Amino acid sequence: MSRAPIDTLRLTAEEALGLLERKEVSARELWDAYRAAIDARDEELHCFLTHVDEPNGEGVPIALKDVIGTKGIETTAGSKILKGFVPVYDSTVARRCKDAGLATLGKTNTDEFAMGSSTENSAFGPSRNPWDPSRVPGGSGGGSAAAVAGGLAPWALGSDTGGSIKQPAALCGIVGLRPTYGTVSRYGIVAFASSLDQVGPTTKTVRDCALLYRIIAGRDPNDSTTADVPAVELPEREDLKGVRVGVPRQMVEAEGIEPGVRDAFERTLELARELGAEVGECELPLSVEYGLPCYYLVAPAEASSNLSRYDGVRYGLRAPDAGYHEMVMRTRDEGFGDEPKRRIMLGTYALSAGYYEAYYGQAQKVRTVIRREHADAFERFDVLVSPTSPTVAFELGAKTQDPLAMYANDLLTIPSCMAGLPGLNVPCGLSEGLPVGLQLIGPQFAENTLFAVGHALERAIGFDYVPKRLR
Amino acid sequence: MTEWEPVIGLEIHVHLKTRTKMFCACEVVYSDPPNSHTCPVCLAHPGALPVPNLLAIEHTVKLGLALGCEIATRALFHRKNYFYPDNPKGYQISQYDVPLCGRGVFVVPKPGGDQQVGITRAHLEEDAAKNVHIGGAGGRIGGSAHTNVDFNRGGTPLLEIVTEPDLRSADDAKRFLQLLRQTIVELGISDAEMEKGTLRADANVSVRKRGEAGYRTRTELKNMNSFNFIARGMQAEIERQIGVWEAGGEVVQQTFDFDAASGALTPRRSKEEAEDYRYFPEPDLVPVEPGDQLVERARAAVPELPGTRLRRLEAELDFDLAEGLVTSGRDRLYARTPGDRRAVANVLMNELAGKGIDPEAVDGDELGKLVGARASLPRPVFAEAIARSGDEGFRAEPYLAEVAVTDVGELGPLIDTILAANPGQVAAFRGGKDGLLGFFVGQVMKETGGKADPRAVNELLRAKLAG
Amino acid sequence: MAITREQVLHVAKLAHLDLTVEEVDRFREQLSAILDAVSKVSELDLADVPPTSHPLELVNVWRDDEPSPSLPLDDVFANAPERDGDFFRVPPTGEVREP
Ligand SMILES: [Mg+2]
Ligand SMILES: [Zn+2]
Repeated sequence: MSRAPIDTLRLTAEEALGLLERKEVSARELWDAYRAAIDARDEELHCFLTHVDEPNGEGVPIALKDVIGTKGIETTAGSKILKGFVPVYDSTVARRCKDAGLATLGKTNTDEFAMGSSTENSAFGPSRNPWDPSRVPGGSGGGSAAAVAGGLAPWALGSDTGGSIKQPAALCGIVGLRPTYGTVSRYGIVAFASSLDQVGPTTKTVRDCALLYRIIAGRDPNDSTTADVPAVELPEREDLKGVRVGVPRQMVEAEGIEPGVRDAFERTLELARELGAEVGECELPLSVEYGLPCYYLVAPAEASSNLSRYDGVRYGLRAPDAGYHEMVMRTRDEGFGDEPKRRIMLGTYALSAGYYEAYYGQAQKVRTVIRREHADAFERFDVLVSPTSPTVAFELGAKTQDPLAMYANDLLTIPSCMAGLPGLNVPCGLSEGLPVGLQLIGPQFAENTLFAVGHALERAIGFDYVPKRLR
Repeated sequence: MTEWEPVIGLEIHVHLKTRTKMFCACEVVYSDPPNSHTCPVCLAHPGALPVPNLLAIEHTVKLGLALGCEIATRALFHRKNYFYPDNPKGYQISQYDVPLCGRGVFVVPKPGGDQQVGITRAHLEEDAAKNVHIGGAGGRIGGSAHTNVDFNRGGTPLLEIVTEPDLRSADDAKRFLQLLRQTIVELGISDAEMEKGTLRADANVSVRKRGEAGYRTRTELKNMNSFNFIARGMQAEIERQIGVWEAGGEVVQQTFDFDAASGALTPRRSKEEAEDYRYFPEPDLVPVEPGDQLVERARAAVPELPGTRLRRLEAELDFDLAEGLVTSGRDRLYARTPGDRRAVANVLMNELAGKGIDPEAVDGDELGKLVGARASLPRPVFAEAIARSGDEGFRAEPYLAEVAVTDVGELGPLIDTILAANPGQVAAFRGGKDGLLGFFVGQVMKETGGKADPRAVNELLRAKLAG
Repeated sequence: MAITREQVLHVAKLAHLDLTVEEVDRFREQLSAILDAVSKVSELDLADVPPTSHPLELVNVWRDDEPSPSLPLDDVFANAPERDGDFFRVPPTGEVREP
């Protein structure tokens, strides 16, 4: 069979599905093409922590972030404490991918326990941005985003707690959906912060995103926090007539937004108007001002508890010691990197006697305020838009010494996460030769709206997702 | 001593009777090999999530209703964080500030009148796994080689009931627990067997001068695993505390293990610092809102409570007998057994209890016939009949036919023969060895196959030996 | 909001992290800075605002009391650092024997 070679950099998952359906390529050929791309570029990009040698499905291949539990395939969450850990059960999303025939290419790099915004907190070394390997791909799902942007996987799954799908998608110039909290099962996902974690697709196009979301979404009896999900519609609309687009003033005026990012965002707003959208201003003052501090109390508090199971008793690293408590303390000191330790300490402190009300308790109330502000905004608008990340991809090492500077990356993605709302990143242009992302926020369960608006904008923007240096 | 007044509050843990664990579908089985009933959820594998067992929630609501508790309109599960090998997640899922069952009052009948025992709360949680300490000596494991963990028990549903410090004596506490246990058993929510550990009680004990306001320092007694141990343990601690105060000392807050064999209270090694469990709402679970439907369904399933029946029985029996029947679960059989009330009660409490017969399996009418004929039946026959009374299709008639041999005309010649065959013993008896009477009775019983009426034999023997 | 060395050590103990001296000092500094930033939440007067512990308004999610198969022992112990027969083996807890 000698046809044109499969261009994994360009091929969308939807096109790949078409090739398979029309039997123009075999599943094996498709698999081999991606494996060849991995062989060619993963040494430089370090998207994968684990490669799979044989396909476990006859469909389009997929890469899974290493927090997604896969039976029989090592799952480390980017942490030394889980090095060598091989799950004995499949996460629900891994199972649904398998059932849909998707073949697992491997497990992608992540900040340790998904804690980070650059993938530099991975215990196994950082991933690199396909647009410029001296820069980070974002995080924590940098491995998945870089794999899709670099043509190493047609699509991938990530997980998002405060922006870990949307922000890396923005920095790598691809599409990423953080679904409504409760639409995608967390069963089998290495937990970071239970009331925030959501699994979602990282893809080249909005239609790919909707296709993958359709596969993974839906109520799961193994996850008490999942809900029934409206049927997913593949977007086709090319205009935005009658769509009310809200621009939260505090988000676009936020400190630290790079001028190039602001320009790309403004140009996109102009396009939206041209497509017929009614663009107006709205207010999210408390969400923007208090979202980040609220997040950095709630997420570490839940994480401090979720990470208590890593005690060296049933699986994972065990440091030798003569006593149980000493063994656990040493295991955790040796097994966790700095960021998990920092967040465990912060969260433990926020929950401890005498501090609960001032920190965790107060943060939960702020969360209510954030939900209410968003609900008010959605009285008048169908979607809210802002830049996804205040900056384009930054240099490796630029922020590793200053946790607070790193946390500031998530300023714009966090508020809607706190409110449990869906958010979609759509690439909207370049600044300094690097991708800029547009964030679309919808009300609960409004993924179809985000897909429709994102798809129309994506067409109008005409962004080329193949990194310039690889074209 | 009478000027001191004990103040006791109880904390009771009950294993709920369900087929599966609280948050996973592993079967609840204790007898199987270790770790054979475990899964990613109860082993706390990465990514595993809890899903609550509806039956356990229903059981808890039922108990709450029986204890007169307010059932929460919206209850939450919380995480209680601490490290221990039997706590695989590093937190126990429990309930904290909004338990399923809030304040209630449990009425405990006493000889002098009712005692109202305040219920602080009753909540649902998961049990810990089982640690087996290997290689220790003297009950301590300071120098032990290691600890083995079996997660079969880990995650099984556990009901925790906390009382107000309303109990004023060890006996009152025991009485409360016995009635509570019977209530739990009749609700069908647990076997509540202390010996098997499906009901465990801890007590908070302090003493104060009668009339004194407020409470003094209390101590905690853990692991009391029988009703008698509980009363003894508390009594010992009450006396110890009184001794401390009277000697001018001060009771220190601490936790004791009660050793039933020696009666000793062993203080637990105190933790260096206070526990800080960092409770917070369990984000992997959503709130429970029992609502009218679930509550009314549970209410319909609550039978007449033992305390109420005890008060009714008291009208025809004395209190102790009535209490004994009710708390041992025999009063329903009592009610359906015809005959002299006291005679029936005595047979139920003494004969039937001794044979360990399930009262629910007994046909009251047949039992009534046995009780009525008791005086005329040879003891072994009566005993045998009682032992069979729980059998399927038991009938009293065959036993009633074996009326005792009381006829002097029949017994006389037999006794004469026995006396003639044992001249030595006869002489010894007549010489003052009274104890030999038993020997002669035994001989008669042997010859009659146990059918002779012992009272008649006794009288006849005495008469003949005297003559 | 500077936190003290003692507080860092206390929290590390609760969290079972055996920190090195260097880590204690570094975390004390970093945590103080982070706490400074997050303490911002206490500026708001939210006395009448109910807490959100969950973004989804779901209630009463449960399952029937129906067993499903447990894991085979091979899977139970597949990743176990130390096994003693069919038990997980750990160093002694150093506390009084339990019932
Ligand atoms: Mg408890
Ligand atoms: Zn289980």
